[in-house]
Formats: sequence, structure tokens, C-alpha cells
Amino acid sequence: MKLLKGKWASITVPLLSVALGLLVGGVIMLVSGYNPIVAYAALFNGIFSNTYVIGETIRQMTPLILSGLAVAFAFRTGLFNIGVEGQLLVGWLASVYVGLQFEGLSPIVHIPLAIIAAALAGAIWAFVPGFLKAKYQVHEVITTIMMNYVALHVVNAIIRTYLLAPGERTDQINASASLQSPFLESITDFSRLHYGFVVAIIGAIIMWFLLWKTTTGYELRSVGFNKYASEYAGINVQRNIVLSMVISGAFAGAAGAMEGLGTYGYMTVMADFTGVGFDGIAVALLGANGALGVVLASALFGGLKIGALNMQSVAQVPTQLVEIVIAMIIFFVASSYLIHWISNRVSKRGKI
Amino acid sequence: MEYVIEMRNIRKEFPGIVANDNITLQLRKGEIHALLGENGAGKSTLMNVLFGLYQPEKGEIHVRGKKVNITDPNVANELGIGMVHQHFMLVEKFTVTENIILGNEPTAKGQVDVKKAAKDVEAISKQYGLSVDPNAKIEDISVGMQQRVEILKTLYRGADILIFDEPTAVLTPQEIKELITIMKKLISEGKSIILITHKLKEIMEVSDRCTVIRRGVGIGTVNVAETNQDELASMMVGREVNFSIQKTPSNPSNETLEISSLVVEDARKVPVVNGMNLSVRSGEIVGIAGVDGNGQSELIEAITGLRKAKSGSIKLNGKDVTNWKPRRVTESGIGHIPQDRHKHGLVLDFSIGENMVLQTYYKRPFSRNGILNFSSIMDKAKSLIKEYDVRTPSEMTPARALSGGNQQKAIIAREIDRSPNLLIAAQPTRGLDVGAIEFIHAKLVEERDKGKAVLLISFELEEIMNVSDRIAVIYEGKIVAIVRPEETTEQELGLLMAGAKRKKAGETT
Repeated sequence: MKLLKGKWASITVPLLSVALGLLVGGVIMLVSGYNPIVAYAALFNGIFSNTYVIGETIRQMTPLILSGLAVAFAFRTGLFNIGVEGQLLVGWLASVYVGLQFEGLSPIVHIPLAIIAAALAGAIWAFVPGFLKAKYQVHEVITTIMMNYVALHVVNAIIRTYLLAPGERTDQINASASLQSPFLESITDFSRLHYGFVVAIIGAIIMWFLLWKTTTGYELRSVGFNKYASEYAGINVQRNIVLSMVISGAFAGAAGAMEGLGTYGYMTVMADFTGVGFDGIAVALLGANGALGVVLASALFGGLKIGALNMQSVAQVPTQLVEIVIAMIIFFVASSYLIHWISNRVSKRGKI
Repeated sequence: MEYVIEMRNIRKEFPGIVANDNITLQLRKGEIHALLGENGAGKSTLMNVLFGLYQPEKGEIHVRGKKVNITDPNVANELGIGMVHQHFMLVEKFTVTENIILGNEPTAKGQVDVKKAAKDVEAISKQYGLSVDPNAKIEDISVGMQQRVEILKTLYRGADILIFDEPTAVLTPQEIKELITIMKKLISEGKSIILITHKLKEIMEVSDRCTVIRRGVGIGTVNVAETNQDELASMMVGREVNFSIQKTPSNPSNETLEISSLVVEDARKVPVVNGMNLSVRSGEIVGIAGVDGNGQSELIEAITGLRKAKSGSIKLNGKDVTNWKPRRVTESGIGHIPQDRHKHGLVLDFSIGENMVLQTYYKRPFSRNGILNFSSIMDKAKSLIKEYDVRTPSEMTPARALSGGNQQKAIIAREIDRSPNLLIAAQPTRGLDVGAIEFIHAKLVEERDKGKAVLLISFELEEIMNVSDRIAVIYEGKIVAIVRPEETTEQELGLLMAGAKRKKAGETT
């Protein structure tokens, strides 16, 4: 039970939470009259059985990684960015806009340009709450939530007014900006897998490097831990709060580009939020706000969501059960206190 | 001899460190038994073992002659062991009675019977001479009174063995006197007390016997009547301790810090530094004596750039540094040992290594073009840890895990190593044990002898008298007198600090 304390806790607590989440999900299936063994076998097959589902899982992971990084990055600086969803939407729109407006560019120029535009849009969107927090101490949770709604409606209005094509959506972006890849599609049995995965991994490496290897990361972490000591040390606290939000927003915007340039190649008028931004909160939590953790947590959540489809068709278990399992996993991570308590009991008495 | 508590050969390990090794503590019925040790020596660990918060790897605990297994604090409570914590565990918005019964509420017809509880609390309070109002709210009563509520809480739960964890750390001298009376009263009513402390004076004053631990190892138990402060100190530290500071007369030269007509407002816009003039020359230690809240904190914040000055000027080596940003001030040659080491001095979640470069991380060799060079940061940390004897498992250990004294040593190492022209030391020895205090005072004198200017702020007159070359008395935001320690007394300083005018030597009453 030593594994639940100290440096191992960031690994063992999520693993144990996943196991407990699956267990509780199984119990709920039993109570609801489904066979959990059949269901989980179908779920597992739905993640690993063929190249198509593997491709789909990785595609599902891609925006999750970036939105998870966005949440985790802000969190490292002591900020709670609930506005990843909105930043993702403006990023998505910006990437599609650049994808539509520029013609005749080489993909080597056009793709990065579109991703940078998306990151920039997300950054600008996140700058507003960051600035309000730094300058007027307005709580970022409130402002980022509000900015989500502003983003949703502004993005819809822009599409309707300037970019509308038949079907309540924009036109398809130019091929030169697309992350889609016939090669990746062909090796994965025509899944929607695209090159965005590479971008997400690069994003994770950037986050890790920025936080742990640079003076900027040192300042951001210092401000996150103790703003008084940071001020004493001559670090500009206000500037770092804004910077943290801006970088976080850039990751979120890039997540939007994954949808705009990769999975879809266009943007529809949104009836509601995508949910990817909110899932990013869960991913960051499960991944202990670390770059590698976020990638692994995204793999789990992406896999569960894709596997759920197979679970439904093979075992007739509704996909909502996977939502419950995910919710339970988050519940157990968040209540790691409970897990510590149980482990203390076990270590003292030898049994529960 | 019957012991109410006997801890035999206790050993407790944490990853990388043995916190308690072969410690034996025997508490007789009706005695005050002091547990003495430096910060981080393992006193709290030992008491947490007794209180059931930690399980020892080796050793036995006997309570009233019976071997017991204290698995959690509830077991300790049932055995009649009560702990008066250093950091009070009280709900501010609750009354005294509500706090005392919390978790153990007497009920009548399913409702909490506060009235009965209040009566009981009052009865116990009377019996032990605590004079606590059971219906007062915690937020309205003084710190000393809050501590008595903690004592009442343990008594209410039937404790007859009380552990006091550094009880005087938060008290005023008057409150300390009252606490000592209360402790004696408790003994006369048949209670037994373990007193955790590193203050030798208090041990000599109240305790019957004293067990000393050093670096986790039990050194021995002595009868207080047969020992003296020097012997206790050397047992605790492991060598002879100098209570008086060895220093030559100061040899001040040019003015390093020059403050003129400085006005600084606090958060409520009250000018708490109000037209101050002060100079500190290189090669001298100027001590600022004063009662807390007379503008000391705001003065330091203004010098270091953490707070804007309203008017007046601050000059460092002739250069006007008024209202410079903290980084510019630091770079222009000011070192600052802050008053609150947890709030300002350290990022507790950073490693000791990362904390050692808190003001220099952006400079070479610790970083280059914005990329940190961890190996040179950690090399620096290692050499500072060695030079300043910071006791830490490694330079990668989070600052949070260190004892107060070692945290302070880390800050001092960092600040002195930058070789500032002016070193500001605000309460540098607060809460530290004699060994650490001696070390820090010696370092301040060493800096002075290197020709640096040192500004010392302390609420402890003894420290001011011992360390300073000149004493500036601060009162209501002004320097009201400048005296030399050899030409004054603590009594005279006390009067000056209270606003009395200085009279010619010998006339003070």
C-alpha cells in the first residue's frame, strides 16, 4: 500500500480508479440486466479488434489530448480554465477560415498557418479571462464559462453570416490545409484517422518542455504554487497569469483545428457544445496534469468512447453506460482521499 | 517508580530518513516532563507515535503499566492522552462550548444539549483556573484564551496525560506566565504533562525532568533541578553553545542605505511609515526595535519594492531606488530574509534546488536563452546545502518537507550567497532553536565583517541587544531614538518602544 503514497500516487491512484470505475460499471450492468463480461469483451474488442477501431480511437484521442493539455497547463499555474470548449470552437472556426480563404499554398505552409491561426484564436479568447483575472481579480472560472457561450453563438453567427454552405455548415476546406490522409485511412480500413495525431503529440512535448525546461515554465509554476514568493523573487505575477491563460487557450484552439482540418474538414453550425473541451478537464485530472498522463488518459477515454459503439451493437448495452464508467473513474480520482483512507485501513488492519 | 507512560526504544522511519531511533521516554505521574530537541530532531514524530498518528517500526508503548497498541488518535483519547496542538484546531465561528463538544456532543431528545455542555465546560474551567467564557466565540477571544480552549477540550474528554506542542510559540510574555500557572495547577490536580519545546528558559522554569533528543536519537533524561541551561543546550545541539555573540566592535564606513522622509501607506491607506529617516552604513548591523505593527513590515516592503512608497526617498549606495520593481531592487544589491518564510521566502512545493535560484534562475549559468540548466542549478544547491548545513535528504526534496530551521537556513544561504550590499533580515530566528539561532547570528556578523550593511528587524529585544551595533527604535512609523546596545538596557528600550521620550542616561524611570 506504499504505492498509494508519495511519488507513485500519480500513477497508482488513476490506475486503481480506472479499475474501480470498470467494476462499478459492471455492477450497474448486472443490476440493469446486462452481462458485464460480454459487454466488456465487446468494449475491448471495439478498441483493439481491428485496424479500423484503432484508427478511430487515435482520431478520437487527438483533440482530447490538446484540450487536456490546455486544462493541465492552466492548472499548473493555479488557474482553472473551464473555457477550453469555447477556445476550441473559435480555434476550429479560425482553422477552417484559413483553410478556406488561402488557395494555392503548399500544405507545408498552409497546414501550419491554419493551426497557428487556430491557436492564436484560442489564445485571444483565453486572454480576456486571463487579463480580467490579473488586472481586476475576476475569478477565471466564471469568466471562462461565460466566454464559452459567447464563443458558441459568435461562431455560429459568423458561419451563418459569412461562410454558410448548404447543410448549415461551411464549405469543405482546401485540400492543401487538410490533415486528412488517404494513406492513414487506407492502412486503418478507412477510419477517419488523420495526421492531427502527430500535432497532438508535438503539443504534449511542447507542454512538457515549456513547463519543466524553460525559465518561463519555472515562473509559471512558481506563480501557480505561491504568488507571494514569486512576487518577492521579482517575477511579474500578473503577466504570468495572462501568459498561462494564453498558452492554455492556444492548446485549446489547436484542439479545434484537429476537428476543422482533420476529422471533418469543415465546421457546422453548432446546436450545442462539442464536449471535447469539458472532457479535457477529466483528462487532465486523470492524467495528473502531466503531459504523458494527459496522453495516456486521452487514450483511455478515446478508447472507451469508440469501444462503446461496439458494446452497443454486439452486447446491446447502451453507450451511456460508458459515460457512467468514465464518470465513475473521475469520481474515484477526485476522491483519491477516499482511496487513501481505504488503503490506510488495509495497511493497519491487514484487511478491510 | 510507576510511569503513566513509557515509550521504550521507539524507532520510526520515513523514506530516506530515520525520524526516531531508539528513543525512550518515561513520564511519571504528576510531573511536567519536557521533551527537548532542535527543529527537526524528531519531537513531533515521537508525539505523533504516542498519539496514534504514526505506527512505530520498533519499540513498545506502555500506558499505566499496560502494553498498548495505539492505532489511531481515538485509541489515544480512550487511554486519556490529550494533545494541545501548536496550531489550534478550532472553528472560528463557533463558541467555546461548541468547539469543545465538537465530535463528542451530548444529546438530549436527539438535540445537542449545549446548555448542559456549557455548564460542564464552566465547571472544568473553574476547577483548573482557566477562566474561559464558555459562550464566547473563538474569533472574539485572544490567542492565549484560544489555547486554553484547546486545553479544556482535552480535559473535557477526560484526558489526564496532556501533551503540549510548543505551547509558548504563539503567546505574549504575559500569556506565557499565565500558561505556566495553569500547567502547575493541572499537575496539582493530578494530571501529567509532556511539554514539547526548544526554549531552555521555560524548561528550567516549569519542568521536573527533561528528555533530550538529537537528530532522531534519544540522548538521555535529566532532572532539571540538577542541570542548567548550558548543559541542556549542549545535550541538544551536541556541542558547546555560545549564548553571547562573539563579535568585534563595528567598523562602519560609507552609507549603504539612506531613507529620508519616507511615507508608506498600508492597505487601508493609513500612513504606517510616516516620515521616517534612517541610514545603515556598510560594516554595521542596525537593529530595528519596536512593537509589532509600528510600520516594520511596510518599511521592508517599501525598500524591497513589494509596496509603493507614498513619498520620500530610499537610496542604495547613493542611487535612488524608490519604487523600483522587486527584481531591479534585488539586482541592485539587496538581500532579503523575509519575515514569513512560508509566504514569501520559499515556494514550498518547489524542490530545495529550485528554491535556491528563486531570484537568479534567469541568469547564467542556471539558464541560457530561456532554457534552464538543471545540473548547474542542482550543483549550486548542493554546495549551498553543504556550506550552510541545511539538513535535507537531497536537493530534490520539496522545501515543504524540511523543518523550519532548515528552511530558514536555505533562505539565508540563498540570500547571503548573492552577496548583497544590504542584507535585510526580518525576524530571522523566529521559531528556531538555539543551535540555528547561533548559526544565523554568526552569519549576520560575518556579513557585517565582510563590509556589508545589515538591517535587522526583530520583536525579540534580546536578539536586538545581542546582534546590533546600533539600535533604531521604531514607534508609529518613525524612528524615535537611536541608541547603542552597550549604552542602554532592555527596560529603556521597552519604554522607548512604547513611545516614551529618551532621557539622559541614568534618568530613565
